[in-house]
Amino acid sequence: MTPQPDPHPPGGHAPGWLPPTPAQTVGPFFGYALPFTGGGHIAGHGDPDTITVHGRVFDGASGPVPDALVEIWQADRDGCLAGAPGSLRHDQVTSEVVGRDGTAFTGFGRVPTDADGHWAVRTVAPGPHRPGATPYLAVAVFARGLLRHLYTRVYLPERADHVRADFPDLPAERLDTLLAVRERAGLYRFDIRLQGERETVFFDFC
Amino acid sequence: MRPPTPLTGEPTQRDIDAAMAEADRRPPPDPDHPDRDYPPYRSSALRHPKQAPLPVVDPEAVELTGPVFGVTDVSALDNDLTLGQTGEPAGQRITITGRVLDRTGRPLAGQLVEIWQANAAGRYAHDLDQHPAPLDPNFTGSGRCLTDSDGEYNFTTIRPGAYPWRNHLNAWRPAHIHFSLFGTAFTQRMVTQMYFPGDPLFPYDPVLRSVTDQSARDRLVAVYDHDLSLPEWTLGYRWDIVLGGPARTLFEDR
Repeated sequence: MTPQPDPHPPGGHAPGWLPPTPAQTVGPFFGYALPFTGGGHIAGHGDPDTITVHGRVFDGASGPVPDALVEIWQADRDGCLAGAPGSLRHDQVTSEVVGRDGTAFTGFGRVPTDADGHWAVRTVAPGPHRPGATPYLAVAVFARGLLRHLYTRVYLPERADHVRADFPDLPAERLDTLLAVRERAGLYRFDIRLQGERETVFFDFC
Repeated sequence: MRPPTPLTGEPTQRDIDAAMAEADRRPPPDPDHPDRDYPPYRSSALRHPKQAPLPVVDPEAVELTGPVFGVTDVSALDNDLTLGQTGEPAGQRITITGRVLDRTGRPLAGQLVEIWQANAAGRYAHDLDQHPAPLDPNFTGSGRCLTDSDGEYNFTTIRPGAYPWRNHLNAWRPAHIHFSLFGTAFTQRMVTQMYFPGDPLFPYDPVLRSVTDQSARDRLVAVYDHDLSLPEWTLGYRWDIVLGGPARTLFEDR
């Protein structure tokens, strides 16, 4: 990890850089616009070696968040981040989104939470995106009440030692929030706690 | 239709005004964006992390790349929200155009832009919006397009109405259109809202005012552009969008 110049120095914007457009909450009504058919089916049709990652989104009172949107971005099992287009493939007759064709790996998933805050995606375990890298699913979380989305990562528990080495300063109980729990072969649990006890580790990209 | 039974025991606009004034005195961690902990927007209370985010500086992070979209992801009609039903939606037809740029000013071409909005009466085509305003059978209120080689997007729609909500007594959202954007990296992913110039509801709205810096807030407001209006057809608005967040292409510039 190499230190980089701060694009956002205190007291103003770096010379020549445009100030960004501010974020605003996704609100409660994205459900007819953003979720799409097959949004959670990231793995290709007939892939013999898929994993399912699922969990619930909780608020600071441990209540479910039924109006969150979970997005996944990931490498394929070879670590390739080239992600094909076609996640929102549409029908040319009706213009309706019918979802990906099941052959190309787009690496992108998008699922709204259910009334109980639950979400699930079926995908493949990503490979290392560079030699020696610890693979993970990158996650963006949007919700009503969340004025700007949050980033976290799903690491699979088989790589727990590598994750600990990647975040040596992170206390164990915080690090645990980044590790999915294996429930059975191919099924992993990853809850997202927006606030409070066992609050998920969220990331800021500098 | 009759007015609904008013809320009781909820904060008044005066209470929210005081909370917004208080928040204005507390500098946000990032003046370009809302503080996720913004008490006047009451739904944020239990939905913002208390721990500081963990900074990542890794030029090879997965998040410095992102999903891509192409011709199969949008149809030619998806950017006209007035089409697709049997009749014309009620309301004032408008066009909105602008460029999607990164922070160096480079246009972001081939980018998926998704929008959604209330109808002309301020009602969303969503079962959870049951406030007494008419649904429009000719307007669902969502659209998408890809930016062209100059990073430009273009939508035809109708001007949404103000939307009443239950953040506090007599709370009204200024007319707005929700935008979802990607950029070349997952770190540039953004969801935001575009507002219309001169809306008298601006000072009352805790969502807009969650961006406490006036110059940053101004960047959420479109500009009326008479050259984009078409005679007897549509009023034109221009709104450029700058996506922050590092990307591999930006690291290469440093």
